This record gives sequence, structure tokens and C-alpha cells, in this order.
Amino acid sequence: MPTPSRRLPLNWLGILPFMLFALLFLLLPTLNIVLGAFQTPDGDFTLNNLVNLGQPRIIGAFWVSIKLSFASAVVGCVLGFGMAAAVTMAGLPAWLRGPLLTFSGVASNFAGVPLAFAFIATLGRVGILTVLLKYIGIDLYGAGFNLISFWGLVLVYTYFQIPLMVLIIVPALDGLKQEWREAAEILGATGLQYWRIVAFPILLPALLGTMALLFASAFGAIATATALTGSQLSIVPIVLFNQIRGDVLQDPQLGYAIAFGMIVVTAVTNFLYLFLRGRSERWMKS
Amino acid sequence: MTLGKFWAWSTFALCLTFFIVPLLGMTEFSLRMRRGVYSFDAYASVLNDPQFWQTFSYSIVLSLFTILLGSLIVVPTAYWVRLKLPKLRPLVEFITLLPLVIPSIVIVFGYIRMYNTSSFLPLLGTSLGTDVLLTCGYVIIALPFMYRAVDTGLRAIDIATLTEAAQSLGASWFTIIARVILPNVLVAVLSGAFITFAIVIGEYVLAALLDRPAFGPYLVWSGSNKAYEPSALAVISFAITWGALGLIQLVSRFNKHTKAQH
Repeated sequence: MPTPSRRLPLNWLGILPFMLFALLFLLLPTLNIVLGAFQTPDGDFTLNNLVNLGQPRIIGAFWVSIKLSFASAVVGCVLGFGMAAAVTMAGLPAWLRGPLLTFSGVASNFAGVPLAFAFIATLGRVGILTVLLKYIGIDLYGAGFNLISFWGLVLVYTYFQIPLMVLIIVPALDGLKQEWREAAEILGATGLQYWRIVAFPILLPALLGTMALLFASAFGAIATATALTGSQLSIVPIVLFNQIRGDVLQDPQLGYAIAFGMIVVTAVTNFLYLFLRGRSERWMKS
Repeated sequence: MTLGKFWAWSTFALCLTFFIVPLLGMTEFSLRMRRGVYSFDAYASVLNDPQFWQTFSYSIVLSLFTILLGSLIVVPTAYWVRLKLPKLRPLVEFITLLPLVIPSIVIVFGYIRMYNTSSFLPLLGTSLGTDVLLTCGYVIIALPFMYRAVDTGLRAIDIATLTEAAQSLGASWFTIIARVILPNVLVAVLSGAFITFAIVIGEYVLAALLDRPAFGPYLVWSGSNKAYEPSALAVISFAITWGALGLIQLVSRFNKHTKAQH
């Protein structure tokens, strides 16, 4: 009869293929990049690569990327929340719910290159909306609008951010019990007070988590931006892409440092989320 | 109409407009190739392009292999973790969520560094090896979705009882997973498969940096070289995404139907 101590290692074997696969194609490649960021071409330890990140071109790209991801995450969060709240609680007909969730599933996956094409066809210089608005006297591009710009990119990213938010937040809104609202109303709370004191704190962890996810999805996105702008807009993934492709030949080690910087940004975002979630949960208990 | 309802409808209308207008825009633009009249010329031009078919079928084949490999890895793992290693669940779930946090461009950069011709596993030395590497990369990118779909499916069935029943009839582990567990979570696996398909078919950065002739890089090439074809391609891509995601709905509705009969 096998003893427990001999059975335990055998159970581990069950997830060995998964662990091996994750190690080979996810963890080690990432670790490899992180180590590369701290090495000279000969393999010696150095901090020089990270220091080189300080050049204005790279710092600027990081800053634009962070602002872009943050702006599109906030807009997606607010509008997606409004949309989800409208459907789950504010009395829109119940039959709208199913189609909305299905559509959100499709739209959140309709990212990348085709999304950029759709916006070029709509709001590009000869896009249908640009032309129609000009016809009725509103000259978008004359007024300074440009699809190939920071806010243009925010607008395009919002297209997959809103449905992503809807998909994640609808279950959370469903978790708000009708009784809580009734209890608050009986105690004399206004609608605003109910949201501020009861519903919002309960939803806060879910909201923060979704924000972190939306931020990460925008920060790593490259296909949409490439198709939309070529390489006109200098955001981090495009800078890194060009570095890997070898368009920028001066410093191969710099690529590892840029990639490492990207990991740091998304990791910090997620730790921030975990930290804030921990705090909001503690606050809810007391 | 109350104030709340007014706001609900305005938000809804605003978002709906935002979502529909670009779809209308790309559809309209895709029909404008022939001067003065609407025509399907852009679609004809796309469908007559041999490169379209080559890259499209390449991506379809790759997505099928991704689904196969992904299921082979995810189904036994999710099952085993639920049955025998519940303590490791947070770790495994953490790993499956990592691809949402680590940008895919970083992962593929790691591949280029790790699997080059002078490495311990020189996958990048041959085009077949690169295809294998690309498939593995796609499995990683689709992992968060695949794992969550399968795990949700496993939650709905009593795997411990099913496993004991099968074991008492003398079934091997392979038989249990392939003939007892898999049929019970088939719908979940299929919905994971359709999402995987939708992701792989338009993926750009992995295919571009590994230099493989996939559909995503073809889309980008078309975007910078053609005028009306990109819109036609966008319409086709949207239809594919809609088809894949619509099939999930269809399959899960079918599943509810069969469950209600028990």
C-alpha cells in the first residue's frame, strides 16, 4: 500500500505537461528578455541598457503609450459601465440584454487590423462620416481632428474597450441585490447616495480589476496602431517592433530593455490593482 | 419617462451609434471601388488575389492546430487540478492569466532570442519549426480564454463522481479523460475553440515577427498598398468573428436544451 508521501509526487505529474509548456513558451522566454535587459552583448551584468531607456525618444514613447492606455481605459470603463448599468438596472427592456452581450463578445474581439480599416473608412480623410459632415458644413479635419493622432487612437481603442468592460462588469452588476437598494431607500437614501455609499464600494474591486485589464490590453496592442498609423505615432510596442525588425540598428541590447520596461509597466499596473483591491476589501469589512 | 430611464436610453443610444457607424462606414467604403455606383468590385479583387487564399488557409490550418494542441494541454490540466490538486489552482490560474499581462510582442521577442539557430532547440532554423513555434505561441495567447472556458465547463459537472464511477468500471486515465470527461465538457471546449479561432485568424505581431505568411500580416500589407480592398477585408473579418462567436452562442444554447431534458 503506497504511503501518502509516495503518492504526492505522482499527483504532481498530472500537470507536468502544462507546466513544461508554460515554462518553455511563456515563462522562460519572458525571463530570457528580463535577463537580457541586464546583460552586455557578451553576457556580463550591466545596467547600461536600462540607462539607455532614458533617451528622449524612448521615454517619450513610454509616456505616450501610458497616456493612451490610461485614457482609453478610463473612457472604456466609464462608457462600458454606463452601458452595463443601463441594461441591467435602469429599466431598458430585458430582451436587449442577450443581443448586447453577444455583440460585446464580437466587438471586443473585433480588434487589430480590421478595426483600424473600419475607422479609416469612416473617419479617415475620405471616410464616409468625414465627407457627410463636410457636406452639412462641419469640417472635421479643418477643425484640427486627425484620426492618426493621440485622440484618434483613443477613439479607436475605445471600440474594443467598451465591450470588454460590458462583458466583465455585467456579472458584477447582477451581483448587486435588489434588497440593498430597497434598504437604502427605506433609510432615506437618494439614488446618488445609494451609488456612492453602497453600490460603488462593492463594485470598486471589480472596476479596478477591469481598469487594469483594459490598460494592459491597450498597452500591448500593436496591430491596430500599425495599421492605422504605419509607424507615424511613436508608441512603445511600435518602437519595440522596429527595434526587433532591425530598422533601428544602433543598439540590439536596447530592445531587451524596452521589452523589460513594458513588463514593468503592466506588472506595476496589476500590483497597483491588487493593492487597491486589498484596501477596498479591508474597508468593506469594517 | 424618469430621469434614470432617460440617461439609460441616451447612454445606450450613444454607444450604439459609436458601434454601428464604423461598421456602416467600412461596408459603404468597401462598395465604392467602381466610380459612381456601388459594386462588389473590391470583394472580387480580394477573392481573386491568390495571396488572400494562401494566407487565409495558412491561418486556418494554424488555428486548427492551435485548438488541438490547446485542448490537449488545457483539458487534462484543468481536470487534474480540480480533481487532485485544488491547492495549486491559484498558481495554475495565475499562469493562465499571465498572457493577458505580458504583451505578446515581448513573448515573441523571447522566442526569437531563445529558439534561434544556435540555441538548444533551434526551432527557428526551419520553416516547419517556426510554424510549430508560432502554434505554441498562439496556444499561449489563447490560454486565458481556453482555460477559463474549460474550467467553467468542469465546474458544472461532478468530476469526482464521474471519475470514481469510471474507475470502478476499470477505466484507465486516458479513457476517463477522453471518453467520460471530454464529452461532458465538449461545449465548453468548443466555445474556447471558437474564441481561439477568432484570435488566431487575425493575429498580427507573432506572425509578422516570426516572418510567417499569415492572414494578419497580409491585412497590414493590404492596408498600406490598396485603397478599397482593406474595407472589404474588414467586412470579411467582421463576418468571420461574428460567425465564430455566434457559433458559441448556438452551441451553448443547444447545450442548455439537452440539459433541460434530464
